[in-house]
Amino acid sequence: MKKITKIATVIIAASAILVGCGKANSGSSSSSSSSASSKAVSGKITIVGSTALQPLVEKAAENFQTDNSKVSITVQGGGSGTGLSQVQAGAVTVGNSDIFAQQSDGIKASELEDNKVAVVGMAPVVNKNVGVTNLTMKQLRNIFTGKITNWKEVGGKDQSIVLINRAEGSGTRATFETNVMDGQTAAKSQEQDSNGTVQKMVSETPGAISYLAFSYITSDVQALSLDGVKPTDANVITNKWKIWSYEHMYTKGKPNAATKAFLDYMKSDKVQKSLVKELGYLSISKMKVQKDSDNKVTEIK
Amino acid sequence: MDPIKNKIQSTSKETRQDIIGKILSYSCIALIVIVVLSIFAFVASKGLATFIVNKASISDFLFGTNWNPIATDKAGNPLLGALPMITGSFGVTILAVIFAAPFAIGTALYMTEVASKKGEKLLQSVIELLVGIPSVVYGFIGLSVVVPFVRIHFGGSGYGILSGAFVLFVMVLPTVTSMTVDSLRAVPRYYKEASLALGATKWQTIYKVLLRSATSGILTAIIFGMARAFGEALAVQMVIGNAAIMPKGLLAPASTLTSVLTMGIGNTVMGTVGNNALWSLALMLLLMSLIFNIIVRFIGRKGRM
Amino acid sequence: MKTKLQNNIAITVIRIIAALVVLILAFLLGDILISGVPHISWHFLTAPSQSFTSGGGIGVQLFNSIYLLILTLIISFPISLGAGIFLSEYAPKNFFTATVRMAIEVLSSLPSVVVGLFGFLLFVVQMDMGFSILSGAIALTFFNLPLLTRNIEESLRSVPDLQREAGLALGLSKWKTVTKIILPEALPGIITGVVLGAGRVFGEAAALIYTAGQSATNINFGNWNPFNSTSPLNLMRPAETLAVHIWKINSEGVMPDAAAVSAGSSAVLIIAVLIFNFSARLIGNRLYRKLTATK
Repeated sequence: MKKITKIATVIIAASAILVGCGKANSGSSSSSSSSASSKAVSGKITIVGSTALQPLVEKAAENFQTDNSKVSITVQGGGSGTGLSQVQAGAVTVGNSDIFAQQSDGIKASELEDNKVAVVGMAPVVNKNVGVTNLTMKQLRNIFTGKITNWKEVGGKDQSIVLINRAEGSGTRATFETNVMDGQTAAKSQEQDSNGTVQKMVSETPGAISYLAFSYITSDVQALSLDGVKPTDANVITNKWKIWSYEHMYTKGKPNAATKAFLDYMKSDKVQKSLVKELGYLSISKMKVQKDSDNKVTEIK
Repeated sequence: MDPIKNKIQSTSKETRQDIIGKILSYSCIALIVIVVLSIFAFVASKGLATFIVNKASISDFLFGTNWNPIATDKAGNPLLGALPMITGSFGVTILAVIFAAPFAIGTALYMTEVASKKGEKLLQSVIELLVGIPSVVYGFIGLSVVVPFVRIHFGGSGYGILSGAFVLFVMVLPTVTSMTVDSLRAVPRYYKEASLALGATKWQTIYKVLLRSATSGILTAIIFGMARAFGEALAVQMVIGNAAIMPKGLLAPASTLTSVLTMGIGNTVMGTVGNNALWSLALMLLLMSLIFNIIVRFIGRKGRM
Repeated sequence: MKTKLQNNIAITVIRIIAALVVLILAFLLGDILISGVPHISWHFLTAPSQSFTSGGGIGVQLFNSIYLLILTLIISFPISLGAGIFLSEYAPKNFFTATVRMAIEVLSSLPSVVVGLFGFLLFVVQMDMGFSILSGAIALTFFNLPLLTRNIEESLRSVPDLQREAGLALGLSKWKTVTKIILPEALPGIITGVVLGAGRVFGEAAALIYTAGQSATNINFGNWNPFNSTSPLNLMRPAETLAVHIWKINSEGVMPDAAAVSAGSSAVLIIAVLIFNFSARLIGNRLYRKLTATK
């Protein structure tokens, strides 16, 4: 018993020292980064938020750190809501989000600085056996509002439709609703949060319909064309395919030197031309159109 | 001074040891109580904000059936009817425990009364392994095995309370079983010996003596199982369907407090109605397990009389 | 004769139930191991993970899981030991004790997300510990405490009072009686509690996503100085465990071999639990023999 208490004391003491060290480190680094105008940046960056964006940022951070060994970057998930609220509270350096801060309740978007780092396309997907590969926008809307409940009404098999929506408040759902639902409320139905689970559910449940980011659309599920337009990267670039959104990295006010260097790196060709593509996103620099937070699309000249 | 008098009057080594021991164990329990209290205070402060800051009515929360934290009704109050989730949580938990209790008691009896030393060891490790399987894995096995099974044999889409209960059944089984074993082992040996000496069969001894005197222990095991079932999120979320509507039966998609909580918490912004409402669900969860605890404790006390 | 028949039927039913439970586990294990074991290789066990290309391993995650388990046990075992001793030996039979007991039981029913967010807001943000293995270990302690405390109390209680009386009659203090006589005798039961708790720690994901984090930073296995940030022993580094890794690749994984990595990780997790249980029991039995007069 005595031994155990001793060990416990040592550990508590050690951890206290560690916490102290961590604080000292971050303190000194922030002072150095603010004064540094030279190329070598240093500091600690904590990035939290969107689980969908996490793999991209994580990989980019890894590459960035090999060139800038003095910068330590931690990338975590937790969801867009967590990312936005924590960056607003100042608890983290960068908040990753699938949606515009303006669209999120309780966030003062004016305090945050937006960095769009990638574009993600989404498409409705159905179980392979429903016998439908194309829908009109109106049919799709009617399916999600619950007016159409059987696949035969849209030219498929006589099978009832199993609706799988995405989590309320998630970026994917917000994008889908603004571009498809046209102000109508979706029928109450099953909800799932993650792309991976939805993909598995749609592929295994007869009559299922949901929607997924392009990178999760595999041969296990059938992606639908809308009004004859196929969900491809080429169609997203020109806005012929309407269901797409940005991936954002928000900072509170102006970022410090290290953070800015990393965000610039995210937007540079090094990331945009290789990593972004490999992860199934679309490069931001390739887009021929842009969207604002009110979903207004304008051409880039 | 008289050295003998001195020795008698001063505190002995043993007393001092005892004081140290008491301090140690009291401070451990105090630490746990502080942890519990702070979590309670934390969840309560966040969960009550829905009613204090956002002015939602408690009766609407408990008995309303329309859950849509983002929208508001005509009077401008948020739509926070949590009854569908409360029903869903109760449904899966009770059903899972109804499935699990006979299995757990049976297995525990086998381990303590019937099995050879080898069989007992085998089951012991079986149970320990079941605990170690992460809930995500349970969820995925549920998705690929239980859901199709329910769809083919019972109908519906396969997502619903029944599937959730099946998955939870396997997940609570180890907790309930190992605690039932403990309480059966705690029954004094001479009770059993006396019963057997009176000419009772093994089953009569089990039924009339063992189970009776272990009742309160078994009930506690069941509450712990229910507690685990209540708190489980990841696995249930995958098979129950997650639809915040009143369940129309065991086969229709439903939702539980935890599934809605887990899914929504990362997508809402702290301090907003949507986020506070989720914390109210968490508070609800705490209160429900508290109530269960009190009820079963009451039953347990009666049973022992 | 009727009672005899009744007895036989009842015992048979009990046997069938036990057999069914074994079957359920056999099915689960078979499912996990058959799909997972083919993916396990030395490379898989030692290589760092990949976020979107195939060929990633789980080396860091495996180490993190074990390290986190050990840390959690170091924190939670002494506390629950003290609490268990209190409840079985010192606790007066009054309202306070009943309340404490209930508080502990309620603690165990907290959904992991709530504990995770509590840990996130308190340890990660407020106390500035960051996403770290230490925050994770403290959050996991919350889960482990009720289970472990109950188990220790139960096993202490099952030691016959004769032993206590004997100790006191020898003139030992109550504390010495408990720690030197009762505790060793109750050891096998306590080990069971540790093993069960360990399983839960290994498998927990939701609470760790917000505390220990879900990224595995590169660690250097040649550096064992706990104060260096690349050292495996560093308490302040973010640490993704195996269960979190499984959760992550299943929900958002885009690597082409996600299904294989997930299956392999699950199998490794099960095997790790198996090995841990086995060794805990072995060590426990050795200790038991050493501390008591049993041969």
